[in-house]
Amino acid sequence: MTSLQLNRPPIEPPNVVKASTTVVWRNLIHIRRMPEMLLDVTVQSVMFVLLFAYVFGGSINVPGSNYKEFLLPGIMVQTMVFSSAIVAMGLTNDLQKGIVDRLKSLPISRSSVLVGRSISSLIHSSIGIAVMGVTGLLIGWRIRNGIVDGVLGFLLLLLFGFAMIWLGIWVGSLMRTVEAVQGFMFTVMFPLTFVANTFAPTKDMPSWLRVIAEWNPVSSLTQACRELWGNGLPAPADAAWPLQHPILVSVGWSVLLTAIFAPLAVSAFRRRSQD
Amino acid sequence: MNVTPAVEAIDLVKRFGDNTAVDGVSFVVPEGSVLGLLGPNGAGKTTIVRMLTTLSVPTSGTGRVAGHDIIGAPDAVRRSMGLTGQAATVDELLTARENLRLIGRLYGLPRPYIREATDSLLDRFSLTDAGDRIAKTYSGGMRRRLDLAVSLIAAPPVLFLDEPTTGLDPRSRSELWEVLRGLVRDGTTLLLTTQYLEEADLLADDIVVIDKGRVIAAGSPTQLKDQAGAASVVVTLTHASDLGRAEQLIRTCSSEVHVEEASRRLTAHASGLGDMTRIGNVFEDSDIAVDDLGLKRPSLDDVFLHLTGHRAEPTGESDTESEPEKVMA
Repeated sequence: MTSLQLNRPPIEPPNVVKASTTVVWRNLIHIRRMPEMLLDVTVQSVMFVLLFAYVFGGSINVPGSNYKEFLLPGIMVQTMVFSSAIVAMGLTNDLQKGIVDRLKSLPISRSSVLVGRSISSLIHSSIGIAVMGVTGLLIGWRIRNGIVDGVLGFLLLLLFGFAMIWLGIWVGSLMRTVEAVQGFMFTVMFPLTFVANTFAPTKDMPSWLRVIAEWNPVSSLTQACRELWGNGLPAPADAAWPLQHPILVSVGWSVLLTAIFAPLAVSAFRRRSQD
Repeated sequence: MNVTPAVEAIDLVKRFGDNTAVDGVSFVVPEGSVLGLLGPNGAGKTTIVRMLTTLSVPTSGTGRVAGHDIIGAPDAVRRSMGLTGQAATVDELLTARENLRLIGRLYGLPRPYIREATDSLLDRFSLTDAGDRIAKTYSGGMRRRLDLAVSLIAAPPVLFLDEPTTGLDPRSRSELWEVLRGLVRDGTTLLLTTQYLEEADLLADDIVVIDKGRVIAAGSPTQLKDQAGAASVVVTLTHASDLGRAEQLIRTCSSEVHVEEASRRLTAHASGLGDMTRIGNVFEDSDIAVDDLGLKRPSLDDVFLHLTGHRAEPTGESDTESEPEKVMA
């Protein structure tokens, strides 16, 4: 008699897609249970758009456009960059609370933990983009170049968000507490998204800062969205090379950053979760 | 009839840098039995469980769960076991039902089965009323029960429990013990780690004592107690003034007697019930007033002290029954 065969149900471990979908389902329940988790991409998004548009808008001159048109692509890029912080905090929390251990004790591919976490973070950030888009439309922002270029702009945002997620997984696997992740990410992300053409044109910056700002991947992506959406002129002739070819460079940055951070993230996560 | 081992640890070693957390641990858990891994905090119990449940990769050595190698066939191991970790790893923002559904789906169980199993597990763990509340609102005992329920959704033949009752109040603890006994009756093999000697004594068929990453003793609770020394007869007198005469009397039947003035107690070496009867008779024939006379087998706490030279920690309410007197060397 083999009593190892208890009355067991059929176990058919789901593939990566199904398992990831289940993890996403769980993460989305989290958002529903804690709507305050969405504050950063809802209320704050509206607030930032309005603050920048009306407080700074009057005193910042942008060539060939009004400030509201100039602002929207920049602030959307910032939201996408911050998705790395969202992934990192979610992952650290799951590691800290032992949820990752629980998932790892199941017969599923371990990558579904990361894939699920990434997809839900992209959804999270996309909600932010949508809220900003609606706010923008209400105050006069428009996509002026037709639907194809319009969609292309959003796809570029998502592609860059994908690269940022690997950065988030890397940081999330290295740090021990959610508070540490939050502190670190905000310290890094604010200069990264402000020393750029996101909120003000680079041409008036001190020349050393202008060089940094114009080579910042955030600037290329912002410039690419502005051009695709018809929210401003192409970069001036004296701007750095990346801003002359913003779409191509944005794709390049996304690929390069993914190539750098993905292996780091996977090995850090593996190391963290093997001991 | 040979019994298939449900769990085997084969010379498991785990090093973290210079620190050797587990240093060549081997043991076997026969199918349908309960093994208690007993040891103080930091002895390496959790690391052993993490290796056997494929959460941590051994530095060397290996193990088998339900016949599957933890290194060669980790997925087969994961299908065959459930794990209840040290911290109750339930998702706090999900309800009990959602927690069960989440893990059920990740095992790829059929949906109707998940629904049925959820209802019966909630019922069995007295969580039906709280089933639709988020786990954040649960008490510590309820969380542990939910954690255990989640581990059982796929009816695993082998269940690992890492300190299942740490931090629980005595009532929740004995409730959980009852549930675990039920699982064993149904044929589940349990491997549980514990710091509580009482828990190991109550639940386990076999105990493996771990200290500093090594197995320092193994056997049934009775065998371990025998290792710590023989039983003794303890006589408590009514008047301390009788101690001297009583000692003389006991010496007529037992060579070793230990006197404790403060508690008016005499402890004599004994090899069994016969010695107790003989000592009892001696006192009956005398005029010495006796409060209490009994046979005392060494507690697991004595065993631990004997084996390691230090007490098992923590000294919680669970091991207060262990009396101060020791068997003499």
